[in-house]
Parts: sequence; C-alpha cells; structure tokens
Amino acid sequence: MGRLSRAGVHAVLIAYSLLAVAPILIVVMNSFKARSDIFGSPLSPPNAQSFSLIGYSKVLLRAQFGTWFANSLIVTLSAMALTLLFGAMAAWALTEYRFRWTNVLALYMAIGIMVPIRLGSIAILTMMHAAHLNDTLFALILVYIAQGLPMAIFILSEFIQQIPQDLRDAARCDGVPETRIFFDVIAPLLRPAIATVAVFTIVPIWNDLWFPLILTSSSSTHTITLGVQQFLGQYITDWNSVLAALSLAILPVVVIYIIFSRQLISGLTAGAVK
Amino acid sequence: MPAPAPQIVATMPRVRLMGLMLLFLGPAVAIYTAISIYPLLATMQLATYRTTPTGASYFVGLANFATLLTDAVWSQPFWNAAWNNLKFFLVHMLVQNPIGIALAGLLSLPNLRLRGVYRTVIFLPTMLSVVIVGFAWNLILSPLWGIAEGALKSVGLGSLFAPWLGLPSTALVTLALISVWQFVGIPMMLIYAALLNIPDELVDAARVDGLGHFRIFWHIKLPLVAPTIGLVSILTFVANFNAFDLIYAVKGALAGPNFASDILGTFFYRAFFGNQLQLGDPNMGAAIATVMFFIILAGVCVYLFAVQRRITRYAF
Repeated sequence: MGRLSRAGVHAVLIAYSLLAVAPILIVVMNSFKARSDIFGSPLSPPNAQSFSLIGYSKVLLRAQFGTWFANSLIVTLSAMALTLLFGAMAAWALTEYRFRWTNVLALYMAIGIMVPIRLGSIAILTMMHAAHLNDTLFALILVYIAQGLPMAIFILSEFIQQIPQDLRDAARCDGVPETRIFFDVIAPLLRPAIATVAVFTIVPIWNDLWFPLILTSSSSTHTITLGVQQFLGQYITDWNSVLAALSLAILPVVVIYIIFSRQLISGLTAGAVK
Repeated sequence: MPAPAPQIVATMPRVRLMGLMLLFLGPAVAIYTAISIYPLLATMQLATYRTTPTGASYFVGLANFATLLTDAVWSQPFWNAAWNNLKFFLVHMLVQNPIGIALAGLLSLPNLRLRGVYRTVIFLPTMLSVVIVGFAWNLILSPLWGIAEGALKSVGLGSLFAPWLGLPSTALVTLALISVWQFVGIPMMLIYAALLNIPDELVDAARVDGLGHFRIFWHIKLPLVAPTIGLVSILTFVANFNAFDLIYAVKGALAGPNFASDILGTFFYRAFFGNQLQLGDPNMGAAIATVMFFIILAGVCVYLFAVQRRITRYAF
C-alpha cells in the first residue's frame, strides 16, 4: 500500500474513532464543570476555574447510586454464574449422552437464540406476581438465566465437541463417576469459552432497561440502568445532575471495558467464527 | 482390557443414563421452559381471550387480531408503529451494516498500525446502555446546549441545524442513526473476525495477479464473508423489531412527537401498561406481542430457508 493511501486509511479510522468517543467525552468532561461553563464553553475541558463537583454531590444526595450499582452487580454476576453452570451442564449432556431425542432437545433450546424472551413479558409478569417474586432481584436473575441459556449452550456445545474424546474415556476407564468427570475433568477445560459466554450474557443484562422496568417497582430494587433512567426523567432540567448521573453510569463500564477489552473482543470474535 | 469408552456410555443402564440426563439437563430445561417458552405460549393464549371490566375472561378466537388490524383505534397506531419499525430497520441495513463492513475492511488491511486501538475505541459505544447513549445524544442534539449547532456552524453549515429529535419528520431517523452510532461495532467485529479467517493463499493468489487492496476486498473477501453478512442482517432484524429501550429513554412511552417515533416495542408497552391516554389492556398487549413474534419468526425463516441456503458456504 502506498504511503498516501495508508495515511488515508488512518485518517478515516481516526475520524470514525473521534465520532465514536466524542459524545461520551463531551458528557463526562462537562459533568465536572459549573453550570455556567457547561453552557458557556461546552467543548473545553474543565480547568481550575470551571471545575465543579456540584452535579456529583447532588446526585449522590438524591439518588441511591450505591444500591443500584450493587443490585446490578448482584443480578449480573448471579445470572452469569448460573447461566454458565447450567449451560455447561446441559451442553455436556447434549453432546455426550446422546439418545433419540437429543437433536430435538438441542433445537428446542436453540429457539431462544432467535426469539426474544421479551415477547413473553406479559405472562412472565403474571407468573412473578403469582409467585410473589415481583419487585425482587431473584425474578430478574431467573429471567436473565432463561435469556442467556440458549446462546450459552450453543457456544459451550461447540467447545465441548472439540475436547478430545480420549480424555473423558480415560477417566471413565479409571472408574471415575460421571458427575466428577464433568466437574473435575471437563469444567476446568471450559475456561476459555467462559469469556465468550460472559460477553454474550453480561453486557445485555447490565444494560437492560425492559425487565427492571416491568419487574421492579421500588427504588431499592432498581438496577443502575433503570435507576439512572428514572433519575434523569425526574431531574431533566438540572444539567449538572444529569451529566453527573450519566457519567457515573458510563465511567465504571468504560474502565472495565478498557481493562478487559482484549478478552472481550477475542471472546466475541471466537463466538462469531463458530 | 476395558471396553472402548463410547460403548461405556452406550451400554450404560438406561435408568442410569436417564438419571444423568435429568441431573445435567434438568436445571437448564426447567428454567428455560418455565420462563422463556411457557410465557411465550401463555402470551399467545392470552391474545385469544377478552377480559370484561369485572375480571371475567372468555375465549374470543382471533377477534383481538381482527381488532388490531381493522378497528381504527388500534389499527391506525399499529400500522404507524409497524411502518416506523420497518424504517428503523432499513436505516440500520443501509447505514449501520455498510459502515460496519467498510470499517472491518479497513481494520483487516495487512500491517495496519494501531489496529487494536481503533477496534477498542469504535466498539466502546456498543458496551454502554442504550438509555445512557440515548440521553447523551439527547443533550448533544439539544438546541438548548447547542453543541451540534455549534459544530455545524464551525464548518459553515449552521443553517442545516434543526431540533431533529423534536420534529415529527426527522425524529425517527435521528433515533435510528443514534442506534446505528451505538451498534456499528457489532457488524464491524463479526465481519472483521470472518475476514481474518480467510486463508492467506486465496488473497496471495490475487495479489500475485496484481489486484489492489480494494479489488481484493470487493471481489474476493466480500463474497467469502457473505454468510456473516447474512447473519448480521438477521441479528439486526430481530434486534430492531424487538427494540424499545432507546425510544422509551429518549421520547418516553408516547414516542413523540405525535407518535412519529413509535415502534412496535413502545406500542406494545403502551397497550399493555396503559398510559395517559388509555387503560392497559393485557389481551391486546398479548395480541401485539404475538404479531411481533410472527414478524420475527418470518424474518428468521426467510434467513434460514432463503438467504442461508443460497449463500455458498466455503469450508476453510
């Protein structure tokens, strides 16, 4: 490639990268400024004169950010851990213990990859009410496990098929019980697939608005996405608070994303290739 | 000598095999059936019932669907939402996916420096919540703050500025473009991964023949990643016809101005939960969800039977 066209390629990629981060940067930057400077000079970074944390202090006073953040963590991590456990167990059974209905069962579990669980929301809500689980984090965890399982089983099955047959057979010949073959021999080998499954489960759960909106009603069970949405609706005219709340929702995700971006992206592409 | 192991599983007593299946498949099948498949079927059933104000409900067959499609009170907003949803999808297909393909093509060029940085940065918005992204753009496009207006003025195009999110003629397309901005990373990554999987020999042969990077991409690489483009299209279709969060976060349940940005997801939400204008109606809500299910099913079938079959799969 010529030097000129190489420069052209970089110019395009730099321009697009700027387009991708500029809105985020503008919001975060202005969240650290006083109100007059947010409007007076929106594109300049905060300096000694314009720096202000008024938005943050208001948000932390009025909103239960800590609770929402903890709720999101509990829901996301529990749902992910159980999706991985149940998904790996099911994927193992579907690839290893084959019987007449295995393929039908595998197809049945795959329906959820394409058909969104949201379409059953009305009945889910009715069921959760009947079981007195409405407005609990447990209801959200259950829904997200059901949402994540089809994709997890699909990815983990592909992965289990690549584990050499000899490995399980050797253990079987030694008389190791089946449950221990799975938990002691197979499960540790699934570690690389966890990144892929995690990308496909964590991000949609953390960012979901729909199920927290219909299943949780009190502020103490809100997740961060719903909490911020409700807060923003309420204080829409208070720009300091709005920008600070947005930044509080953005920053942890960006920090975690940058730390794990290599694993995340390799997990995503590994899932895509399969 | 112990028997070969596959036979160990095959010769396992049937009761034991069933026990193992139950143990390993039980939790996944139970949760998935109870919270994903059963509610879907129950919703479809609910769509064939009508509830009287006293709470009694009776079977009405397909009457709710007839109401939805023909009674002007329901059909007018339904067709508006369905049509808007189609436009929302078309903007994604015409803007998001071509940009994603182009970015993937650039990122997969050989010996590109800073590849990882570009990839990480461009994918960043995809990681954020739709709610956060919607609000951030709402502020940036706001005439009150004037950032978008200022940016246009600085390049001499200030007269082009309008409160796009507030005008009935532009609100929907603007929201679709915000969604494109956020999710362009997904087609980019999937196609980029597929491009990396193309064996070097295929590309080298073309290079020896003197083809430039662009023609190699257009004539050789792009046809080879066609299955991935098909996959991206159906993923976009399902996500778009199931979308809700962005419109709700930016425009609220009423999807204003004057329902100009109403799509099936927001229409479904209003029908079920009610709003300032009407009471919630679970039966009609279920009917809308059922129609959405069949729209998505139709899209998936077109993909499985028409698109995926015609596309040649190359085994590398």
